[in-house]
Order: sequence, then structure tokens, then C-alpha cells
Amino acid sequence: MKKEVNCGEFLESLSDYVDGILGDALCKEIENHMADCEDCRIVVDTLKKTIYLYHETASKTTIPLGVRERLFRSLDLDDFIQKGNLLENDVTF
Amino acid sequence: MSEGNQQEFSLPLLRVGDRAEIARLVDAYSTNIYRLALKMLANPQDAEDVLQNTFLKAIQALPKFEGRSSLSTWLYRIAANEALMTLRRRKPEIEFSPTIDAIESEELALNEFTNWCCLPEGDLISSEAQSYLDQAIQELSEKLRVVFILRDIEKLSIRETSEALGLTETTVKTRLLRARLKLRELLSVYYGERLGTEKI
Repeated sequence: MKKEVNCGEFLESLSDYVDGILGDALCKEIENHMADCEDCRIVVDTLKKTIYLYHETASKTTIPLGVRERLFRSLDLDDFIQKGNLLENDVTF
Repeated sequence: MSEGNQQEFSLPLLRVGDRAEIARLVDAYSTNIYRLALKMLANPQDAEDVLQNTFLKAIQALPKFEGRSSLSTWLYRIAANEALMTLRRRKPEIEFSPTIDAIESEELALNEFTNWCCLPEGDLISSEAQSYLDQAIQELSEKLRVVFILRDIEKLSIRETSEALGLTETTVKTRLLRARLKLRELLSVYYGERLGTEKI
């Protein structure tokens, strides 16, 4: 019974915990709880991995050249299409 | 904050419509805005329309931009609105659907406890897995999806996300937690099956 209550409290604080913005005292309580609760350890690990995978795979998405070119034309910035290519390293991440 | 805003821009030049400065701004954020639109809409043509409309509206509004939020947060705000309007045009009934807000009062479900973190990176980010990631994010309601994209994909802070969406930080945190947990559940089912296959 006690374990269920702890798991519930843990769930509400989960985002702050994985973002590293939870207060020290609560953080310590959660880590103590996780030491005894394998399910919660798995939830934290898989949640961190979920966030990582979305960011990692999306960060490889860059604007296709044709889309960029049409964007510049639609904004009447045709003369900057080539010049912008020089900045490519700044916007590819 | 997202990585696209490492450059600094001259607000006075942008406000007077300096084309070179505007081109620099467009170049710096076009990938971020395109990615947001693509993840929201899952349709390249709609994403391109949102991208163009975002910058058209931004350029028109720049003379009145007061700088209360950063340029990037302001651009994300315009883009998020454009994307949400596109979704509402697709499904006009969504605005009146009681199920959307009901999502926020739902129990936070945790049903999957498979530890799939140990799968090889190649399996985690295979092209099939990436398609599944895209499919799973579309299962979130638009309200949860936009928060997840801004916070966890574009890496805006909670405060920036709340500014971009005109929501309180508490609402952003609530929606973010639900979005993250829902995606974790969906990914756990998907990768759990791969884990089972690996063991055979």
C-alpha cells in the first residue's frame, strides 16, 4: 500500500525529475523510492529515452532545399537564396 | 532554447524592413518552423504553407514587434497558431469536442514496464522506428502535441513554451507530463515487441 502511494506521488513529479528541476528534498525521496521500485526505475529510463529519441531524430530534419527556395520567393527575397546557403551551418543541427 | 537562435538580430533593421536582415532571420528559423509544422500536421504541403504564412505574417508585424518575448518565441507563437488553424480547418468540429479537455483530467496511466532502453541504437532509430515515432506523436491531441514539440523537440523552456502558446506554466507542465507519458506508453509497446523478437 505504501509503495502505491509513493509511486503515485512519483508520477506527478516525473517531468520535473527528468528535467532536473525538482527540489533537492523531493529528488532525494524519489531516488530512495526508485532504489526499491524497479517499475519506477524503468519508467524514468524509458521516459528519458523517449524524449531523447524524439529530439535526436527530429534534429536531423532540415528544411528541404526546394521548400527553402519557394519560401524565399514567396517572401520576395529571391536575391538572398544563394547568399543564405552560406549560413547553412548555422541552421543545420 | 532551441539551437536555431545563436545569431543576434538587429531589431531596428528588422522593424524598418531591411531585406538582408529579414533574409538572415528567415534563414535562421526556417528549419525550426518547418519542423514544428511538419510534426504538428504530418503533411509536407501543409507544413510548407504554415512556414510561408508564418514568415509572411511575421514580416508584416515586425514594425510593431515590441520585443516583450524573444524573436524566436514570437515566431514559434505565430507558427503554432498557423498550424492549429490548419488542423481546425481540417476538422472544424474539434474545437467543440469535449474529449480534448477531458484528456487533462484523465488518470495518468502507466501500464507498460518493459525496459527497452537496452535495444541497440540501430533498432531505436531505424527508419521503421522513426516512422513509428511520427505515427505515435499524431496520436496525441493537438493540445498535447504542440506542447511536446515545443518543449521536447524544439527545446524551448517551460516559460518560453507558455509564452508561445499563451498558456500558464502550470498548464504547460500538466500537458507536457501527459504527452510524455502517452508517448512513453506507445513506444514501450512498439520497442517491447522488438525486444521480444531480439530474444527469440
